[in-house]
Amino acid sequence: MKKLQDFTRNPDAVSFAVLAIVLVFILPTVLEIFRLNLVGKYLTYAYVAIGLVLSWGLGGILSLGQGVFFGLGGYCLAMFLKLEASSPENTAIQSTPGIPDFMDWNQLTALPWFWEPFHSFGFTLFAVIAVPVIFALIIGVAMFKRRVGGVYFAIITQAIAAIMTILIIGQQGYTGGVNGITDLRTLHGWDIRTDEAKYFFYYLNVALLFLVLLVACWITKSKLGRILVAMREREDRVRFSGYDVSNFKIFVFCVAAAFSAIGGAMFTLQVGFMSPSFVGIVPSIEMVIFAAVGGRHSIIGVVYGTLLVNWAKTTFSESFPELWLFAMGALFIGVVMAFPNGLAGLYTSYVKPLIGSIRPLLKERARLYETPDKGGPDMLNRGTAQ
Amino acid sequence: MFQGYTAAELTSIFAMQGFAGLSLFSVFVLMALGLAIIFGQMGVINMAHGEFMILGAYVTYLTSNFFSEHLSSMFSLYFFVAMILAFIAAALLGALVEWVLIRHLYRRPLDTLLATWGLSLILQQGYRTIFGAREVGVTLPDWLMGSYAITDMIEVPVNGLFVMCLTILITIGVYLVMQKSRLGKQTRAVVQNRAMAGAVGINTEKVDRFTFALGCGIAGIAGSAFTMIGSTGPTAGQLYIVDTFLVVVFGGASNLLGTVASAFTISQAQSTMEFFLSGSMAKVLTLLTVVGILMLRPQGLFTLKIRS
Amino acid sequence: MKNYCSKERHGSMRRALIRSLVSLPLALAVSTQLMAAPATSDVNTTGLAVTDDTVTVGILHSVTGTMAISETGSVQAEKLAIDQINAMGGVLGRKIEYIQEDGASDWPTFAEKAKKLLVNDKVASVFGCWTSASRKAVLPVFEQYNGMLYYPTFYEGLEESPNVIYTGQEATQQIIAGIDWVVKNKGAKKFFLLGSDYIWPRTSNKIARKHIEKLGLEVVGEEYYPLGHTQFNSVINKIKLKKPDVLYAIVVGGSNVAFYKQLKAAGIDMTKEKPIVLTISVTEDEILGIGGENIVGAYAAMKYFQSLPNDNNKAFVKAFKEKWGKDIVIGDVTQAAYLGPWLWKAAVEKAGSFDIDKIKESSPGIELTMAPEGYVKIHPNHHLWSKTRIGRAKDDGQYAVVFETKELIEPDPFPEGYQ
Repeated sequence: MKKLQDFTRNPDAVSFAVLAIVLVFILPTVLEIFRLNLVGKYLTYAYVAIGLVLSWGLGGILSLGQGVFFGLGGYCLAMFLKLEASSPENTAIQSTPGIPDFMDWNQLTALPWFWEPFHSFGFTLFAVIAVPVIFALIIGVAMFKRRVGGVYFAIITQAIAAIMTILIIGQQGYTGGVNGITDLRTLHGWDIRTDEAKYFFYYLNVALLFLVLLVACWITKSKLGRILVAMREREDRVRFSGYDVSNFKIFVFCVAAAFSAIGGAMFTLQVGFMSPSFVGIVPSIEMVIFAAVGGRHSIIGVVYGTLLVNWAKTTFSESFPELWLFAMGALFIGVVMAFPNGLAGLYTSYVKPLIGSIRPLLKERARLYETPDKGGPDMLNRGTAQ
Repeated sequence: MFQGYTAAELTSIFAMQGFAGLSLFSVFVLMALGLAIIFGQMGVINMAHGEFMILGAYVTYLTSNFFSEHLSSMFSLYFFVAMILAFIAAALLGALVEWVLIRHLYRRPLDTLLATWGLSLILQQGYRTIFGAREVGVTLPDWLMGSYAITDMIEVPVNGLFVMCLTILITIGVYLVMQKSRLGKQTRAVVQNRAMAGAVGINTEKVDRFTFALGCGIAGIAGSAFTMIGSTGPTAGQLYIVDTFLVVVFGGASNLLGTVASAFTISQAQSTMEFFLSGSMAKVLTLLTVVGILMLRPQGLFTLKIRS
Repeated sequence: MKNYCSKERHGSMRRALIRSLVSLPLALAVSTQLMAAPATSDVNTTGLAVTDDTVTVGILHSVTGTMAISETGSVQAEKLAIDQINAMGGVLGRKIEYIQEDGASDWPTFAEKAKKLLVNDKVASVFGCWTSASRKAVLPVFEQYNGMLYYPTFYEGLEESPNVIYTGQEATQQIIAGIDWVVKNKGAKKFFLLGSDYIWPRTSNKIARKHIEKLGLEVVGEEYYPLGHTQFNSVINKIKLKKPDVLYAIVVGGSNVAFYKQLKAAGIDMTKEKPIVLTISVTEDEILGIGGENIVGAYAAMKYFQSLPNDNNKAFVKAFKEKWGKDIVIGDVTQAAYLGPWLWKAAVEKAGSFDIDKIKESSPGIELTMAPEGYVKIHPNHHLWSKTRIGRAKDDGQYAVVFETKELIEPDPFPEGYQ
């Protein structure tokens, strides 16, 4: 009982638990597998949004190129799955069997060197994280050491997203071009398209999401998190206090990239393909908007925000296919204008005080249950007696 | 690569290529000027800038329809009327947007990005609902469509020349407005120190609205001019937004001359590379070079040292 | 097991019998046509959205985003075909109802919506997709959940799925006839290939290049620009320098508008045929944005033009304009999209069932004599036999048909020697 009370007094633990209940129990029971798979897909964007809470909400670094990292993570895994799907038996009709179909169409006769290591699952898992992080590291070092920040950083990352898209589409022999890497079927011989696999990936996705949430929570609570906030508010003072500001920025940017990459990889697994349409500017901005709607300072809030925006997008576009952009635009403007801290802000300014006012009442009742001479234990006893 | 061509052919090609670079330059300047004012002077990241351009393009389309139906004798002159109307329409919408949205967000520049992104979604869907999802074709007066043949090989497109002249005029106009006029001086005063500007009696709210409307109006003119060389559709505005921001940032956001200089550099680099490489790679290389330079020498191009 | 099955079948037949008995007086009263409708349990054994008097299909195109420009015509054509089929009494006595979904020009959204249509709505067939990328994204969905897709766009080939009927031309049908024509009739020797940078233009130009080289002729340049690119002055200069006889252009979307306007402004007069501009990507729909005066004189190789003089087409154009407005234009893909519902109806009626597997089987060999483009027939590889025509752009935005292949061209999505 005591432990439970400690637990309920810790707001983070409660919101973690609520989210866990929603994701692990409620949604899988309420939704059929098709909708659940959609939720799983939306949750992969939540990884990006959590990364944005750290870099943008906490550190004040707004990246408009998070899609690049999402895409790199997704592509790394897609390359592995594509190689598995393009076994010489499956691709016997090609002029060069054993290489992915799009390479064959583009007259490649051998697997490019950088595809070779992706035959190994171990290397792929490593690459899913490492490739985006190294890329983020390069960008981070180049920019933050030169004290590029704020709006300039946002625009440069946007340009990087544009470059990546053009490159991926243009080098279609190596990347699958605008179609992306499609028709992924098995993981170690296990069909990833079955309902059973979808359930498995959903739970795996939720588990990884909580892992990411815990890491993010730890970062926000740690000294590092406080330095980031200090940096966001008054960068010069932090610098004068002897901290190397740029290293913290680089670190948090890399962490955000890693999160996005995990999301991308989970996306590939659940949706069964990866395409350059996640790397570009539009998806990158959309992901920022998920974070904004959820509340840029709240790691739990952005998960709800991502789910809400995507749910709204799906619903609006199913019921009003020709008008849904109006609703989406209005939602973004509304959130920015009226609720700058997003859903999480709404919660803290409206719901929390409400709970606060109820809490004494609850406490009162809890006290009633605890004292032996009142009805509480009686009822418990009766319960056990029967 | 140049074997088998005569010297005369090569000279004329280089002349043509130089001209191609110049017309790309004027396109970049037109795109970027409005944004340079809004972003450079006010710090507002207007993601709907492309949609303001397309508004100008649609106004041009409407004007051309009106002239061909009711004033067909004056059709050859409609383009000038269209540009003025495009400026007015975009500026009015800009003033409205500033009043409804932007003025609440001056303290949060990154949030202007999100809000204007939402605005751009709404505008796109608005165009789609009003004008249909298909592209509209703007009929140009004949005198704008021809080309002057200087030699057999060298032909100068009239609309390219027109865009260039327009660019020069607008650049000079903007420069004069910002440097010499009362409103321009007030704008710069507000940018430098809002509180002090307010204290000496400048109506800062009015100045903000004027600046934003001016930037949007120029975008409207740009859109009007682009009907000559590009497409007019609900989503066409998005094609321009990355290039536009890069030009502005590369040039040093607070400096209009910097914008012109950067437009010149980028356009020349791109058109030269386009000639020697394939189109896609030229674009990638140009963007990479710009980003690379921005990473390596930001201090050389704009002041980024944080002094708060 | 066998017993169980037959029992189930027996039960369902009895139910169907009772149902038809009950509905008999009603059916007599309403229309004699309804009587012809076979029992739902017989024509729908896999749980598709088929009731006694309706059948639901899906329409899946982008009505928002950058592709909405192109896909609008397809949506209109499919709706028109569905209306006309309904006016004729529907399919197997059932009225067609449709659920329209927006792919939003985004490939994953296409996959998501395709899955929704198949899994949630159990639609009997889907008419949709436009870009290859969207088709590639939905293809695994259609194969996994066994749906039927009628895909209208001319495309690069290299694909043959039992779950897709390709109602547009694959690349060889469109390209080889066009190049043969320009070589034979115009004596073209030097070609310049230009395209937007993605799979369809690249694959098409690859086939074009192979064919040109087979004929012993020369390709003097090949260039690609990113989708949405709007500055073509440099490549126009290159074209002027290389002086090709034919400029083979596969530019798409908004880039098209910029390209042709700049080509004209640079003093290349397409009516003088120096060079000849031959395109496979500009339909009447695109000319609407480009402006007829900017592309007059260019040639296009495709299977359908709005100006085709046959009676089928006249009726089709009339009906289309009555439904969607007198100023509307109809391009190649729009016509191919219009074929989709008709081909599906024919396949369902031939199979006597809405079951996907039976439609797959019955589709090859299906003929349409009422097609606006003339006569079409489904090949065993699920593409259409069709003629290829050359049209020359006029300044009113229409094409004048200047050539038509004598025979239907066999679709060959995996052409030997062109890969």
